[in-house]
Amino acid sequence: MDWSEFFAMNGRGLYVWGSYGMALAIFTIEIALVRHKRKMTLQQLRMMRDAGVEE
Amino acid sequence: MAINWFKYSAPSTFYGLAGKLVPWFAVAAAILFAAGLYIGFFVAPTDAVQGEAYRIMFIHVPVSILSMFIYLVMAGYAALGLIFNTRLSSMMATALAPTGALFTFIALWTGALWGKPTWGAWWLWDARLTSELILLFLYLGFIALHASIDDPRRADRAAALLAIVGSVNVPIIYFSVQWWNSIHQGSSIKFTGITMHVAMQHALLTMLLACWAYAVAVTLLRVRSIILERERNTQWVLDLQESK
Repeated sequence: MDWSEFFAMNGRGLYVWGSYGMALAIFTIEIALVRHKRKMTLQQLRMMRDAGVEE
Repeated sequence: MAINWFKYSAPSTFYGLAGKLVPWFAVAAAILFAAGLYIGFFVAPTDAVQGEAYRIMFIHVPVSILSMFIYLVMAGYAALGLIFNTRLSSMMATALAPTGALFTFIALWTGALWGKPTWGAWWLWDARLTSELILLFLYLGFIALHASIDDPRRADRAAALLAIVGSVNVPIIYFSVQWWNSIHQGSSIKFTGITMHVAMQHALLTMLLACWAYAVAVTLLRVRSIILERERNTQWVLDLQESK
């Protein structure tokens, strides 16, 4: 199988890979943001609890 | 065996359940994406009319279907929260909105990249395209309205009304290709008349399941943070081992 032919998509490569590339980029960013949010939420809870203990 | 479903309407029990489900849906999504892309690119033949550009279908159609489906699920949860005053339903609606908005954006983006080589235009003010763009604005409106009200319960109620009223747009998107003269082609999944190659159908259905599993995984992970944030003053959150 010829890979350069595969990626060229018979002249439609830009459209095909532009579509799948954008979907991949958005999924990757969304996963990173959701995981980051979870980390921040747990960290805030920890800070809240530590502040409560000191009171 | 009788399962007490009401048990899982409590944020404290659902939090644990969601945590157990996330890895399963994430792994399922990864496997289904790999299989769907393999079938879509290596098994499905070149389209007789549209050449290679038609392969955009395998991402465009699943995210478009789910952009509408997620909206209805979101509006359903929002309505449940409004009627029964259940906190978890409203949290689920809030967690679904960003994923729905992103799916709608991908649907519009891949549609533009499919439209250019097929119709000769990135965008047209066509009924199908315009109503899908309105869907994006409805998602963004839901997110912005919810974020603009400080009291979360009031925010839930206001955003729920917007979501419910906006759901009238979903059948408009779905039936637009039948109701009006649309440049957009009709449904790709049909059970009578001329259908596509069986490998194309398999790729499409596998990618649809993959996108669905992805949406479930990412929504459940997001709702866990929302639950912790909104229940932070309760004893069960303070007792939670993972935040210590």
